[in-house]
Amino acid sequence: MIEVFQSEFMRNALLAGLLTSVACGIIGTLVVVNRIVFISGGIAHAAYGGIGLAFFLNIPPLAGAAGFALIIAMIMSGVTLNNKQRADTVVGVLWAVGMAMGIILIDLTSGYSVDLMSYLFGSILAVPRSDLLMMVLVDIGVLVVVAAFYNGFLAMSYDEEFAKVMGVRVGVLYSILLGMIALSVIMLIRIVGLILVIALLTIPPFIAEKFCRSLKAMMVVSVLLNCIFSLVGLWFSYTLNLTSGATIIMVAAAFFFASVLFEQTRKRLICF
Amino acid sequence: MMADPAIKLNQVSFFYDNHPILSDVSMKVEERDFLAIIGPNGSGKTTLLKIILGLLNPSQGDVKVFGKTTAEAAGTIGYVPQDTGFNKDFPISVQDVTLMGRLGRSGRGRRYTSEDRELSRKALEKAGMWEYRNRPIGRLSSGQRQRVLIARALSSEPKILLMDEPTASVDAQFQTHLYDLLKELNATITIVVVSHDISVLSGYINSVACLNRTLFYHDAGEITDEMLHSAYQCPVDLIAHGGVPHRVLRRHDHEDH
Repeated sequence: MIEVFQSEFMRNALLAGLLTSVACGIIGTLVVVNRIVFISGGIAHAAYGGIGLAFFLNIPPLAGAAGFALIIAMIMSGVTLNNKQRADTVVGVLWAVGMAMGIILIDLTSGYSVDLMSYLFGSILAVPRSDLLMMVLVDIGVLVVVAAFYNGFLAMSYDEEFAKVMGVRVGVLYSILLGMIALSVIMLIRIVGLILVIALLTIPPFIAEKFCRSLKAMMVVSVLLNCIFSLVGLWFSYTLNLTSGATIIMVAAAFFFASVLFEQTRKRLICF
Repeated sequence: MMADPAIKLNQVSFFYDNHPILSDVSMKVEERDFLAIIGPNGSGKTTLLKIILGLLNPSQGDVKVFGKTTAEAAGTIGYVPQDTGFNKDFPISVQDVTLMGRLGRSGRGRRYTSEDRELSRKALEKAGMWEYRNRPIGRLSSGQRQRVLIARALSSEPKILLMDEPTASVDAQFQTHLYDLLKELNATITIVVVSHDISVLSGYINSVACLNRTLFYHDAGEITDEMLHSAYQCPVDLIAHGGVPHRVLRRHDHEDH
C-alpha cells in the first residue's frame, strides 16, 4: 500500500483526504445532530453557481465557490432563523437556482469548455498545493471556533430554546455554523464533488452516533472514520482504476451498512 | 421605593399568522410569589411562558423581568420545558445536560469551572439523579429525564423558576418530593408553574392565573368557580372530575349551575 503513495499526486491526494477529514468530521457531527443535512446539501449545490461565476469572471473557481457559498449560507441562516416552517422550501429553491445559475454562467463563458465532471464528482488526484494550504487554514479555523464555543454549540444542538434562555447567542452560533459548513463543503468538492458531499459529511457521524456518549467523542470518531474512508477509498480507486470520489463514498457506504448490521445484531443479542 | 416585580406583563398580545393566541394580558408576579397558570389546551399557556422567557416577542405590549427586558435578564430565569422526549438519541450524559444550566453564568466561551460542577452536582442530588450522572440521557425513563431537566434549571441558581407541566411524567412519589422542594426554594425564589394538575398544586401555590387567550383572574391562592367558568367552558365538568379539591374553592354562593 505504501508504494501507491510515492508519486506526488498521490501524496497530495492522500494529504487532501486527511485534511478534509478533520473539518468534515467535526462539522458533519454538528450537521447531523442539528438535523440540517438538507441545508448543507443546499449550500453544496448552490455553490455551483459560484463556480460558474468564477469562470465567468475569470477568478480561481474554488475561491469564487467559497465566497458564493458563504453568501448562500448567510441567506439560508437568515431564512431558517426567521421562519422555520417555510425554510425547507426556500433552501430547495436556492439549491436549484444556484446550480442553474452555474450552468448558464459557464454557457456564457466564451471559448472555455470546463470539465464539469471534476466539480460534480471530485478530482482528488488533481489537488494542487494551493488547495492543500486552504484546507489547512479551514481546519485550523474550524478547530479554533468549535473549541472556543464548544459549550454553546453543544447547548444549541441539544436544546436550542434552553440555550437561548441561558443567554447563548444561538443566532450568531447558527450563522457561524452555516459559514463553516460552506467552507467544509467547498473543500469536499475537491475530494468527492458536490453531488457526493452530503454522504461524506453525514455517514461518519451517523455511524459514530451509535457508539458515542458525547458530542466530543462523536467528532473524534467521525474524523477518524473520514480518514479511513479516504485512505481505503483512494487505495481501491488506484488499484482498481475507479473514480476516486465515488470509490470513497462506496467505502463509506460499506462501513455504514456494516455498522447498521452490527447494531441490529447487538440489539438482538441483548434481547435474548 | 418599591422593588421591581419579578415579572411584569403590560397589555401583552400575541398573534400567530393574524390569529390571536394571547390578547391583552397584563399581570404582575411579585418576588417570591408561587404562581400557577392554569387553562385548557390551546389557551396560550406555553406561549405566555415563551414570551416571559424572551423566546417569543409579543406582538403588542411589553415584558419586564425585575424591571429589565427579557434579553437583559437572560440567565436569571431557570426554565423547565415540557418533556416531549425530543432528541433522545443525542449523545450526551445526564451531567452534561445539567451543566448547561451554568451557561448563563459562565458565559458562552468559558470552560465550566469546579464551582459550576459543584452546583450541577447539588442540583442533581436534589432531583435524586446524581447516581445517574454518567448515563446517556436517551437511556432514562421519561420521569427520570424530567428530573434531569429540573436539575438543569436548578443548577442555574435562578431567581425565577418557570416550569411547563413539570409533573406530567413523574411518579406520585417524586411529585410530592418536587413540590416540597419547590416550597423550600420558594423561600428565596419566584416560581411560576404551568399545569393542568391543579389538585396537587393547591397546597403550595399562593396565586393562580386562569388563562384562555386572555387572563381571567389573578389573585390569592384560591380557585373560584367563576374563574374556572370564564377560563374553561364547562367548570362543572372539571370540578365533577375532581380537578379542584373543595377546600381551595370559595364558598358557593349561587347553586344555579
